[in-house]
Amino acid sequence: MDMQLVFDWAWLPRLSEGLIVTMQLTGACLAGGAALGLLLSLARVYTRGPVYWLASAYVQFFRGTPLLVQLMIIHFGLPTVGIRFEPFISGVVAMGLNTAAYQAEYFRGAIQSVRSGQTLAARSLGMSPIQTVRYIVLPQALRLVIPPWSNELVYMLKYSSIVYMIGVSDLMGVGRTISARSFRFLELFIVVAMMYLAVVLILTFALRWLERRVHVPGLTTTGRRG
Amino acid sequence: MNSNSAAHLLKVEDVHKRYGREEVLRGVSFTMERADTKVIIGASGTGKSTLLRCINKLTDPDQGRVWLEDQEITGRRAPVNNIRSQMGFVFQDFNLFTHLPALDNVRIGPQRVKGIRRREATAVAQEALATVGLKEKAQSYPAQLSGGQQQRVAIARALAMSPKLMLFDEPTSALDPELIGEVLEVMIKLAKEGMTMLVVSHEMGFARTVADEIIFMEGGVILEQAPPESMFRNPQHKRTGEFLRKISDLYGESE
Repeated sequence: MDMQLVFDWAWLPRLSEGLIVTMQLTGACLAGGAALGLLLSLARVYTRGPVYWLASAYVQFFRGTPLLVQLMIIHFGLPTVGIRFEPFISGVVAMGLNTAAYQAEYFRGAIQSVRSGQTLAARSLGMSPIQTVRYIVLPQALRLVIPPWSNELVYMLKYSSIVYMIGVSDLMGVGRTISARSFRFLELFIVVAMMYLAVVLILTFALRWLERRVHVPGLTTTGRRG
Repeated sequence: MNSNSAAHLLKVEDVHKRYGREEVLRGVSFTMERADTKVIIGASGTGKSTLLRCINKLTDPDQGRVWLEDQEITGRRAPVNNIRSQMGFVFQDFNLFTHLPALDNVRIGPQRVKGIRRREATAVAQEALATVGLKEKAQSYPAQLSGGQQQRVAIARALAMSPKLMLFDEPTSALDPELIGEVLEVMIKLAKEGMTMLVVSHEMGFARTVADEIIFMEGGVILEQAPPESMFRNPQHKRTGEFLRKISDLYGESE
């Protein structure tokens, strides 16, 4: 009988595999995006001229065009000029390049909210510009960036579901495959949604815990003084 | 002639600085010897703070030269960071590092700039905190300290670098009146212990107690320079006398 309206537990192992792919994809693009985003933000805050303009153009381009279009360009467009990636890699590249632009803006905001007087004080001690960024600016900026960064993490985890369109067997991809065979769309996609939600909630709480753990009295974006 | 051959501790020669159309410094020259304390006074906008920042090159002078002993910080290839690390700078609004407890604020200079090992840098920092009377606040973050305590930590941070010269930019102007005394006390103690200090301040009590000379600036130049008592008793310029009367009314003459 096909009237069984409960979840079929036999799907769980395959969905879990999909979830792992989703998490790997999200983790890789966030890490790469953080590294690139940090460089872009430093370029936007501390340089002028061509480097500044290039970084700004990058941010504008990737924030101003749809992620799905970027994914299509990378996976289906680049092969025409001889650059070919596995679907998973295409996903990481597209999402990593995209989130780098957003993360650059979060980092930039955090860096600029570190009081400029502290930079002067660091220089007056004889620190080089690089030491000043490393020991004074970044330790504060990285704390301040945690809340917006958690939002980005949630977005990327959810948006990663578009990679099923280029054939990646992520959580969404596995869900589509099973549902197409079993025709149990409603139950299946509700379960898929719940699995995304569970991961989002766990990660959100983990980042809140981290934020509290590295909290320093007086270090806030809104309550800054002098 | 183009050197600090007489080996003054600090030699400032014909420093000019312009912001846009306004020439803030119009040729300032003076020297300081070891253990001198000089206090710079003058109306706001006469270039006192700019002069201080030109001395350690937090601001680039447009023209003129500055030597710390035999090192010229304004030289084309001068090791600016190194020379700067030999001059302490105390800011009007403290500028402590928000994310570091008092001890780390003081230790980071010796540890990261001088490359002293952490344990020794900690000892240096503790000693500097003890000098400003804040040993027990070593683990407090800046936000947990009063303004006066923050400024004393800032003084300790500069001291921990064992500077040859300390520059103070209106160190008590941002403080509530009841907190000024504790900062001045520390500064008087330093001066008496032989620290070389150049202080922008209108605290005449401080100037009269420890200053070897008062430098009166007006319109981007030094108008008059003399020991406190002779400047008070016998100002050479009419403007100097007027200004001294004005700030004596404002700040009082109390110790």
